[in-house]
Amino acid sequence: MKFSAKIATTVAASAVAVAQVASAGTLDDVKARGELKCGVSGGVPGFSAPDDAGRMQGIDAAVCDAVAAAVLGDASKVTFIPLTAKERFTALASGEVDVLSRNTTHTLTREASLGLNFTYYNYIDGQGFMVMKDSGIKSTLELDGASICVQAGTTTELNMADYFRNNNMSFTPVGYETSSQTREGFEGGACDVLTSDKSQLAALSTEMKVGPAGVTILPETISKEPLGPVVRQGDDQWMDIVAMTLYALINAEELGITSGNIDNLKANPSNPNVARLVGTEGNMGELLGLGADWSYNAIKQVGNYGEIYERTVAKIGIPRAGSVNDLWTRGGILYAPPIR
Amino acid sequence: MTERTRIPLHRDPKFRALVIQILALAFVVYGFYSLFQTTVDNLVARGIQTGTSFFDEVAPFQIGFSPFFDYKLGESTYIDVFFVGIQNTILVAVLGIVAATLLGFFIGVVRLSPNWLISRGALAYIEIFRNVPLLLQIMFWNFAIFLPSLPAPKNSIEMGAFYLNARGFHTPLPVIEDSTGFALWMAMLAVLCVGLIVFARRAKVRFQETGQQLPVVWISLGAIIGGGYLLYLIAGSPLIFDEPVLGRFNFKGGGQLPLPLFSLWFALTLYTAAFIAENVRAGIQSVSHGQTEASHALGLSRKDTVRLVTIPQALRVIIPPTISQYLNLTKNSSLAVAVGYEELVAVWAGITLNQTGQALVIIGMTVAVYECLSLFTSFVLNWYNKRIQLTER
Repeated sequence: MKFSAKIATTVAASAVAVAQVASAGTLDDVKARGELKCGVSGGVPGFSAPDDAGRMQGIDAAVCDAVAAAVLGDASKVTFIPLTAKERFTALASGEVDVLSRNTTHTLTREASLGLNFTYYNYIDGQGFMVMKDSGIKSTLELDGASICVQAGTTTELNMADYFRNNNMSFTPVGYETSSQTREGFEGGACDVLTSDKSQLAALSTEMKVGPAGVTILPETISKEPLGPVVRQGDDQWMDIVAMTLYALINAEELGITSGNIDNLKANPSNPNVARLVGTEGNMGELLGLGADWSYNAIKQVGNYGEIYERTVAKIGIPRAGSVNDLWTRGGILYAPPIR
Repeated sequence: MTERTRIPLHRDPKFRALVIQILALAFVVYGFYSLFQTTVDNLVARGIQTGTSFFDEVAPFQIGFSPFFDYKLGESTYIDVFFVGIQNTILVAVLGIVAATLLGFFIGVVRLSPNWLISRGALAYIEIFRNVPLLLQIMFWNFAIFLPSLPAPKNSIEMGAFYLNARGFHTPLPVIEDSTGFALWMAMLAVLCVGLIVFARRAKVRFQETGQQLPVVWISLGAIIGGGYLLYLIAGSPLIFDEPVLGRFNFKGGGQLPLPLFSLWFALTLYTAAFIAENVRAGIQSVSHGQTEASHALGLSRKDTVRLVTIPQALRVIIPPTISQYLNLTKNSSLAVAVGYEELVAVWAGITLNQTGQALVIIGMTVAVYECLSLFTSFVLNWYNKRIQLTER
């Protein structure tokens, strides 16, 4: 008797607890907690992987660092939570993370049915295929009948299915849970081909025994993969903060503001755009519900987009000059709305 | 009696117990209801759609291994994926249960061997395999042993028409070429089986009347294999064999046992067999030695003693804990995601969940499937257990 009454109390209490999670602004939560919870992949060099000191490094991790700098004034106040492709959306929806910055592709289905919002893109990618160099394969169209290692539950899996169907080719998928398992499978010969976003293929090849020289990334790009940070639906202020922080990093590069020269520029801004971005003119921070030095902190502590790219994605062997990920002023498509 | 009715209702212990139980039950039901309602409300509030309408949508991904269903990319729907997942889960569970039972019995018996080396060997096996996490074992066999040691398809290990490589084991597959011939063969086989049943009955009667035994099992086995092949030739060899042929990347045609299935099955078998071996050892030791001595005194041979006296009594102890091992094996098969075997959790609670985002429905259905499989397994085995229990009159 007592026992079942206890159960009932517990059940009722947890029901109330669930009800409370839904509301409350993420900004207030993060401020109260004094720390940003950031969902990352945690195993993709260049995007998010721990360095020798155990600190998460990469272009995805840097977005969270910048948001923490903008909101809390300190880029180090981030707890990184590694998530698999399968866990990521549930983790975000349930409030386990405040921002999901995990090389996640923006698609209609995800935007419309999963209760989340994509902010902007921190890396524009495309899906490709990687084979061992000694296979002699030169084109994706030679892959009829191949076994292909893929991370299960990703858009990669869907693009591949579409591509092979369109080209009347057959294939056998070998689906793994994590991207490092796909690499292990590919190395061990469980499949002939490894497919993923091209940046990830480059990153994974650096971890292989044969190294990047032992593999070929086939020239075809079969999909558009705009990757960027994701937030929960229904918290517009928080969405603005994450998006604007990313825009600030891109605008900083366009305006020539770096982590090195920002203090000088703050003392004598070269023009009003710079002045607004370093927080000496206008009330940009206030409009977002943040301090006036939100963008200053982000740029000072994390660097502008170009700086971030050079120390993360460029390190895994993906040059930026002239690629889609370059600024619009240099032939790329990276274009951020003005901070004013 | 009349005195009892005069007790005021609130002091009647029976009535009070009833009221409190009803209240407690109502509270529990309300708790679950509000939990459910809150979940639904929150899903709506966050703009997360839920429902079963995605079942009939075409699944936009490929599944590599589906031995009994035809899965076709671009035609099969999400609900087909569900059934393919169940099929693959049951397949590995059945294969695992059969192999783990055989191996477990063997190790359990050997564990009691008077030979020090053999019994300690069995002990070492049990202690190693049941004390290492299963996920680690699955990944060990797949990534550290099988993948590196097996060759690429071009250099496959060849055994007649069978090929073994890092993708799996490729076998010829029988295909019915001449359906009348095949029907004829099946009919003749049926007649043969009926004949053997009659023969077995006669032999039993003869044994009871005269005490003379015939090797019924061996005769039947020989008749089925030898006679079956002879009848196959008489029926005009109605089958042809679809042999695997090396294509550009891998073998095409024939049957295939993919490496992930093999690794998973192998690891599940070794792991579960260690537990079953302990059940078997305990069961055999629970039969008192007096039984064996009595049986020897009655003139039964060593083999018959084990078969007719020890094992039937040991089974009563062995079966109940072994049921849980079978259930564990079925549930543990969900660790397949690590090696890329396409069972229920991988394709349904994994890929489909991630592509559709329908966590509530999908996880609910997955839970229900495991629940049903477990209940079915324990139902069958409990029935068997009841049958062999000591009948007390």
